Amino acid sequence: MSEVKFVSPETLEQAVDEYSKSSKEGKTKILAGGTDLLVQIRSGASQPDTIIDIKNIKELKEISNYNGSYTIGAAVAGAVLDEEKDFGNNWPGVLEALRLIGSEQIQGRASLGGNLCNASPAGDSVPALIASGATVNVKGPEGERNMPIESFHAGPGKTNLKNGEIVVNFQFPKKQKHSGDAYIRMIPRTEMDIAVVGCAVNVTIENDKCVDARVALGAVAPTALLVEDASKALIGSNFEKDAVEKAALACEAACNPIDDKRGTVSYRKKVSKVLFKRALEKAIERAKRG
Amino acid sequence: MNEMDNKWIGKNTIRPDGADKVTGRAEYAADTIMPGMIWGKVLRSPHPHATIKSINTKKAEELDGVFSVATSADCIDFPVDTPVILGIQDIRWMARNVLAKEKVLFHGHPIAAVAARTEEIAEKACELIEVEYDVHPWAIDIDDAIKPDAPILHDFIKFDGRPSNIAGTLEHKKGNVEEGFKDADIIIEKEFETAAVHQGYLETHACLVSVSPDDKTTIWSSSQGQFMVRAMTSFITGIPQSSIRAIPAEIGGGFGGKTIVYLEPVATILSKKSGRPVKMVMTREEVMRASGPTSASKSRVKIGATNNGKITAAQGTFYLQAGAFPGAPIRGAAGCCLAPYDIPNAHTFGYDVVSNRSKVAAYRAPGAPIGAYAVECVLDEVAEALKMCPLEFRLKNAAKEGTKAVHGPTYPVMGYVETLEACLSHPHYKAPLKKLQGRGYASGFWFNAGGESSAQVNITEDGNVVVTTGHPDIGGSRASIANITAELLGIDINRVSVIIGDTATIGFSNLTGGSRVLFASALVVTESTNQVIDILKDRASKIWNIDKEAIEWENGEARPAGDNAGKFKPLSLVELAEKATPTGGPIGAGHQVNTVGAEGGFATHICDVEVDVELGIARIIRYTAAQDVGKAIHPAYVEGQLQGGVVQGIGWALNEEYIYNKEGKLDNPGFLDYRIPVCSDLPMIDTILVEVPNPKHPQGVRGVGEVPIVPPLSAIANAIYNAIGTRFYSLPMSPPKVLEKISD
Repeated sequence: MSEVKFVSPETLEQAVDEYSKSSKEGKTKILAGGTDLLVQIRSGASQPDTIIDIKNIKELKEISNYNGSYTIGAAVAGAVLDEEKDFGNNWPGVLEALRLIGSEQIQGRASLGGNLCNASPAGDSVPALIASGATVNVKGPEGERNMPIESFHAGPGKTNLKNGEIVVNFQFPKKQKHSGDAYIRMIPRTEMDIAVVGCAVNVTIENDKCVDARVALGAVAPTALLVEDASKALIGSNFEKDAVEKAALACEAACNPIDDKRGTVSYRKKVSKVLFKRALEKAIERAKRG
Repeated sequence: MNEMDNKWIGKNTIRPDGADKVTGRAEYAADTIMPGMIWGKVLRSPHPHATIKSINTKKAEELDGVFSVATSADCIDFPVDTPVILGIQDIRWMARNVLAKEKVLFHGHPIAAVAARTEEIAEKACELIEVEYDVHPWAIDIDDAIKPDAPILHDFIKFDGRPSNIAGTLEHKKGNVEEGFKDADIIIEKEFETAAVHQGYLETHACLVSVSPDDKTTIWSSSQGQFMVRAMTSFITGIPQSSIRAIPAEIGGGFGGKTIVYLEPVATILSKKSGRPVKMVMTREEVMRASGPTSASKSRVKIGATNNGKITAAQGTFYLQAGAFPGAPIRGAAGCCLAPYDIPNAHTFGYDVVSNRSKVAAYRAPGAPIGAYAVECVLDEVAEALKMCPLEFRLKNAAKEGTKAVHGPTYPVMGYVETLEACLSHPHYKAPLKKLQGRGYASGFWFNAGGESSAQVNITEDGNVVVTTGHPDIGGSRASIANITAELLGIDINRVSVIIGDTATIGFSNLTGGSRVLFASALVVTESTNQVIDILKDRASKIWNIDKEAIEWENGEARPAGDNAGKFKPLSLVELAEKATPTGGPIGAGHQVNTVGAEGGFATHICDVEVDVELGIARIIRYTAAQDVGKAIHPAYVEGQLQGGVVQGIGWALNEEYIYNKEGKLDNPGFLDYRIPVCSDLPMIDTILVEVPNPKHPQGVRGVGEVPIVPPLSAIANAIYNAIGTRFYSLPMSPPKVLEKISD
């Protein structure tokens, strides 16, 4: 990397304009916290000729709450979101997933938007975002649009963003009463690691009955998955053993993993069931509290 | 020396290098810069095994900003069939490891290097070098390398009369094992395997080299031996050692991995050809791909014992993978594995196996953890079959003073039994365990070493002390030497400064390794300091005009003794330093010698694990390491050595491994997927410092740095068995492997 154009626009319009122009001519990368991009550049995996720093764009750094529905800017760092206590009370699973990324130093930079756009199948915040039911607002040369998180990715390292589109913010639904979310990942160590399997669960309980459930898995397929069969097995149940087992089997069935240096197919399948049960237990406990 | 009277020995004094390290001022190899400096980068092999047909560097040389290019043609030629031994290395191999000659033998093997104005230009120029290869099939694992039709790395290496990848063997024999097994009531035989693991030093290899037009060469680098750097660079470049000055930087970890060179000879060639100082810094990926891990292994161990718990015979066969060039640490595996025990009949056999991986380098007690892993796991099974406590079983068979070891020597005073007794009486031994928790035990041994060491002790004009030694300080040698010098001179520790000399300022000192440095340098520093005290007494005798023999040195001052006691006011070190010139000149003394009398170290560890049987994760929840440390000169440093060794052993046992892909390339060349334990993975590692002083050393020093990595592999395996009833015979015991086995 010797000659790189670095731009740091202050408005979303400028950023979109620059991105759509420059990515037609060459290799352009968006820089938010840079915790993935700088590593990729150093290793030679990414060799952009233009870098667009989006950290100075106001909308991307904003946190707002309208009637209990949160909007989180794409470039808001994990450490910053952690200070927003009420967000953590509403979406503890999303926050714990985001906070698992990297070290405390990395948390000063790493963002939900970056984790989403990096499009690693093992990205920690993605299953939690899917389970929460959050959507993402993107802006491109042809205007704005909103996408569910579960349809954002096209494959490992690939997104469904169109040319020139930039992720602006995440739109969270209003948190339901007696609902709770949780994210758990399996790593061989206790921190500073990458998920071998990740599982997020978001449940809503009324009169001890599950009235809503969203289950998502990470690192078990080319993209993070929303496991709808697991939701179906849970909704209407009292979380009785059979229902939980059925949902766990749905998780296992949804897995389409690979053998790699981080884990085997059979290991990932077995672990997906275990993590689902543990995440569910945690989510139920949280739902009962609030 | 009466221990109770010690003022500095045995005290946790402030570390001389501490302030610089915590404030970021300490200079590591990559911190040195020079005017006119340029950058060197290495072109590495894309193939795991190929013959180099040609190298064309023309386009690289013509690139704007490039100053020089180096290939093996610039190195001294060492014929493959003639050994050139330097310490435990062979320069034939070292030269070919630094820059490949006839063949590339692993993915990442250096082929050529470029020095240019910037690192980017040097990298680009490397890509312009044209290499023609004749690509061969490769062998990564031991089984692939020793099978009958294996691709042969070095045609001239023969085993059983045929070209082979078995480059050497070593055996130890005692008694008659066949007869010994006949006397056994119970015999257990098992096979084991371990993965290659890297030392994991945080500081990557780096150097700056400046060669003047008359070949005067200065090398700044991080290594475990500036004299090793000087000698190897001299061999490979042909520049005489007298023209090379190697200056040791602070070292950001070595653990054995910095006992050989990778960059220094290359930077020397590049600097000589360009006339500019050349700096080279490896990336982490280069370190993982091309610097030495330690061996992967396969082994088979058989142990027999009587019903009353006496071992009658033991047999061990160890295959250690050496990487691209011969030199696997088979001596550590076959020599240390039975050392803690008094066994009448024993036979150990080691095979040195080359394969298409990076050349192994020393790693903390090289080979010993591999041998101990197999033996200590089988011992656990024998003890279980005999229904004996594993520690009591070891106690019953423990080597003692006078025991003839399987690897040869007859032991003098040594403290193995004391480590077992310390564990048996420690609260950890009896602490309750919960469900899915288990406790394991294992012992270990390391030879320790002596060897060449030089020291100079000088009294400054203001009556303070500067001690210079020749070994890079990787485990607290400066602090320990300061303690000893202050003790001997009877002065405050703050008046003693200890520095590491470069190759031009101190006599030859062998490298920092083998747990030898404090043993050796304390000997030469003690001798030098005693000479200084003798000079000081001589100066006092001149001032007082009495016999030197009538003067004693006590508490930092010369005192008249015997008939003269009380006749003169004592002369302090400061007063004698002030009068140095009229009484005979500068005060100082040096000593250099090949030190002998190093004695081995023994350890016994207790490990508790908790196993998550749904995920296959074993977590270490409590750990106690007892070790005969001889005499702890600086206990905090000794404790740190024990803890560090245990942690590296935990990584080796649970998650660390070199993973190769189908193309014969390392698939996890970084700290994300090469999993060293992080702090949150670990409990406090408790230590028990057993002090049985080495009778052959003035302060009783035994090496302490290597023994602690020997027992953990088996202590953990035994603890997992105790927790869940499943034995593991293959490392690492990583979650997928553990879950697969317990699901079966």
